[in-house]
Amino acid sequence: MTTSIEHGAARLSSEQVATQKLNPRAVKAVPDVHGHFGQYGGMYVPETLMGAVRQLADEYERAKKDPAFKEQLNYYLRQFVGRPTPLYFAQRLTELGGGAKIYLKREDLAHTGAHKINNTIGQTLLTLRMGKKRVIAETGAGQHGVATATAAAAFGLTCDVYMGSEDIRRQNLNVFRMRLMGTRVISVESGSKTLKDATNEAMRDWMGSVAHTHYIIGSVVGPHPFPQIVRDFQSIIGIETRQQCLDTFERLPDAIVACVGGGSNAAGIFYPFVEDSGVKLFGVEAGGRGLNPGDHAASIGFGKPGVLHGSLSYVLQTPDGQTADVHSVSAGLDYPGVGPEHAYWKDAGRVAYSSITDKQALEAFQILAQREGIIPALESAHAIAFALQQARTMSKDQILVINLSGRGDKDCVEVARLLETAKS
Amino acid sequence: MNRLNQTFAAAKRDGRKLLCPFVTAGYPSLESTPQIIHAIAEALGPGGGVIELGIPFSDPIADGPVIQASYTQALAKGCTVDKALATAKSARGLGVSIPIVAMVSFSIIFKRGTAEFAKACADAGIDGIVLPDIPLEEAPAIVDTIRDAGLRTILLVAPTSPADRRAAIARLCDGFVYYLSVSGTTGERKELPTDIGPNVEALRAITQVPVCVGFGISTADQVRQVTAVADGAIVGSALIRRISEKSTPAEAAKQAGAFVKELVAGVQ
Repeated sequence: MTTSIEHGAARLSSEQVATQKLNPRAVKAVPDVHGHFGQYGGMYVPETLMGAVRQLADEYERAKKDPAFKEQLNYYLRQFVGRPTPLYFAQRLTELGGGAKIYLKREDLAHTGAHKINNTIGQTLLTLRMGKKRVIAETGAGQHGVATATAAAAFGLTCDVYMGSEDIRRQNLNVFRMRLMGTRVISVESGSKTLKDATNEAMRDWMGSVAHTHYIIGSVVGPHPFPQIVRDFQSIIGIETRQQCLDTFERLPDAIVACVGGGSNAAGIFYPFVEDSGVKLFGVEAGGRGLNPGDHAASIGFGKPGVLHGSLSYVLQTPDGQTADVHSVSAGLDYPGVGPEHAYWKDAGRVAYSSITDKQALEAFQILAQREGIIPALESAHAIAFALQQARTMSKDQILVINLSGRGDKDCVEVARLLETAKS
Repeated sequence: MNRLNQTFAAAKRDGRKLLCPFVTAGYPSLESTPQIIHAIAEALGPGGGVIELGIPFSDPIADGPVIQASYTQALAKGCTVDKALATAKSARGLGVSIPIVAMVSFSIIFKRGTAEFAKACADAGIDGIVLPDIPLEEAPAIVDTIRDAGLRTILLVAPTSPADRRAAIARLCDGFVYYLSVSGTTGERKELPTDIGPNVEALRAITQVPVCVGFGISTADQVRQVTAVADGAIVGSALIRRISEKSTPAEAAKQAGAFVKELVAGVQ
């Protein structure tokens, strides 16, 4: 077991890791066999989970080589999820921007209303291959919880979803949807009562249930092989976008914009374009209420390399390594870490990351509703707000694609409350 | 020779087993921890065991509700990593001579840098580091760095670890092998699994390093059951639960000492 030594982070402090530069040509050929994206990623979990994590990695390798698995996955993506999702020209948003033509990759039209289903269908099929009968998940906005509950119902698996009590309040509609589909939603009262704490509880559950339970992680985070598996299942977004651009414009887009919490929708649309240096990639984090610690959830913008939930990546931590408090108006972005591949892309200079505040996201939420007749998820509204700024700097013959990762019905009650509060 | 190796060697020579009580640094207060450690050391007697000092972490995924709550309270009361390590140093000042190992999440170690963290532990009179969230794949470089600081590493073997992994993990452990009695988080269990005996025996067949068993052990009877086969029994949640969160340092020390005395009766 010496293979991990050269990648081992033991001798490096977080400052040292941050300054190491990567070879851009190798940007797509990650992760390695132990899940390292450059220095990032890895498997920092208790030994108790290693059996399950390795079983998953092995099963995934087998499934990837099995044409029947691919066929089965494609069948459900087409017939159940409703793929491919459209690449829609947002004419009135383009006029508002006054620059590049803006296209929306309509993941909001996928079954359950967000991109999360792409991953849960894939992981549920892997669960069946492993002979496990129960799935668990963490959820923030509830979209991953709903997508997991949906897949579990469709395939007859028992499903428990961990959700912070603060998020249960913010995302009541999704809680009802999960329960309606037979899932038990377990309220998490520890810590900040949001996504990070739900993830802790799901991992603790898995510690005691690994033999018969699969943990469907919802983002490109966690120990290897999760960041790779989730990226691969979400890559259908980028693969379709690429083909749609070639079919429609006979060329690739000039820019792609996606919001980044853990980073699954962004990884999904970015990955198939990573080697196309002419396509600029923009990741948008949650700027929250402002720049002070605890007021935002911009892990790449303000975080440092650290270990959280099984992998090494940019994390918002105290100087002691305790996980810091974070805030975002959007429950799905309210997370102190980010997937290790994003950390790798950031250091390689392949993706430009920035942030959008709560206020800007709320404005974009209303703009898309009023100008396009589409209510976006608050998470996706961050991408829209940034894309409008970016489009203005581009010429009218250029093409900008926004990954519209989810629909905003789930957010309407919370947005109504926030707008009412802002008025008074 | 490292205090940890010495203690296990002496116990082996005398045919004794060890008790390893777990203490959360900073719970119920920073002032109480050195006194708790001292009281436990008294109850264990010279060479009677090893103290495991938990360094509070915000997101301990391997811990059940009792230890989680103790970490949360310690952090809320201002326990930092430096202050947590300083409790070991203070305990040494009170005359504690038994080995102390730090149980600490790699999130904390990485933030400081492994070499610097290990040195800080050594400076505080700590003899080894338990790595609860480092599997075999990430361990080798970390173990080397810890050894360079003169400390020993303790890695965990789970009931779910296959035989080849157990052997590879044991090869990296130079303090003791921490065998998990159950798959799951820390916390008291009414009954321990019946496969502990055969699993510990199997470990012995592949390693010369001492084997201690932890997770779920909470009574003198269970200590008896475990030390009948293993070199030591680790007790955490049950001990933390005996220490009331509102105790003064003297009360907390008394509560901890009394419970450890009770457990010592079970040591084979």
